Amino acid sequence: MPPSPARAKILHDALSGADVDLVATLPETWLVPLLRALEADPGMRVVEVAKEDEAVGIAMGAHLAGARAAALMQNHGLFASLNAVLSGTMLYRVPLLLLISDRGHFGERDPWQTEGGRHTRPVLDAVGIVHDDLVHPDDAARKVADALTLAEASLSPVALLLTHRFLWEAPA
Amino acid sequence: MKRRECLAAIHTDLTDCAVVTIMGAVAAELHSLGHRPNFFYLQHAMGLAPSIGLGIALSQPQRKVVVLDGDGSLLMNLGGLTTLGRQAPGNLTHIVFDNASFVSIGGHPTPTSRGVDLAAVAVATGIPRAQAVTTLDEFATAARAAIASDELTCVVAKVEADVVTSFAMGLHLLENRFEFARSLQR
Repeated sequence: MPPSPARAKILHDALSGADVDLVATLPETWLVPLLRALEADPGMRVVEVAKEDEAVGIAMGAHLAGARAAALMQNHGLFASLNAVLSGTMLYRVPLLLLISDRGHFGERDPWQTEGGRHTRPVLDAVGIVHDDLVHPDDAARKVADALTLAEASLSPVALLLTHRFLWEAPA
Repeated sequence: MKRRECLAAIHTDLTDCAVVTIMGAVAAELHSLGHRPNFFYLQHAMGLAPSIGLGIALSQPQRKVVVLDGDGSLLMNLGGLTTLGRQAPGNLTHIVFDNASFVSIGGHPTPTSRGVDLAAVAVATGIPRAQAVTTLDEFATAARAAIASDELTCVVAKVEADVVTSFAMGLHLLENRFEFARSLQR
């Protein structure tokens, strides 16, 4: 059973509904259906990067230019991007929607994901990034919109963790 | 060729561009030549200037965007060149001042000091036009052509490792950030 295209569509709709027009991302397994949906949408610009900190910079530039952007990546990509988040978006008080696949947490079956997975929330807490879990599909539109609202009000990054429970309809 | 001379030569050409510059000597020299609201000085997050420039260029395709980069910074985000090459926004010009050293920390040599060819790397990543220049005339001609063109261009300027006496700019980075974003609203 792969990650759910139906759940990807729900998240895609939530992003479109919140007027997100640019998504900078590094592809990863749990996010493949979402990426396919975003790339098939002519109203959405998808920028695939070589390493995740680029996505943070691209989203930062897009915001400065008046666009609404999100950075979409795996939790390990967030770890790799921390300086860009801290010394880019936080230092310069730029709003940033971080959509983070919650690898290595509940429902993870790949052993290599599990060490990083136990540190996702402590790392977010340590650097003061407000975060919430996306678990139930009914919450997607509201949580995406609320995360953007808070990011723009606080001029800060806000992270929405895309859980296994959300991205996969059935246990892996 | 001196970096400051290069910046002075194109300062007028940057009047209507969104300019993103790296920290250190490039930022201080550009600022000392005359600050404008459309100049953004990225004072940290080394390597990210071309990514920020790409985000601006994609979001405002009608605006010319110029990224002022350095060899040390670019080497921290070489993968970003592949992203530039893939998106290839025609309104973006990527200028790299290559002095083969981390001049802002006292001149420690970078890999370009032993022959790493950043213009060749740029070509290899799919950036439509990339060239290295070694004289001021060549630089001014190449940079102006790049800004005027509708093709993503990378200009690598081989410059001396000039030090600057002060990095102080008398401009708070948040003031710069908000002023810059406002300038892009017009």
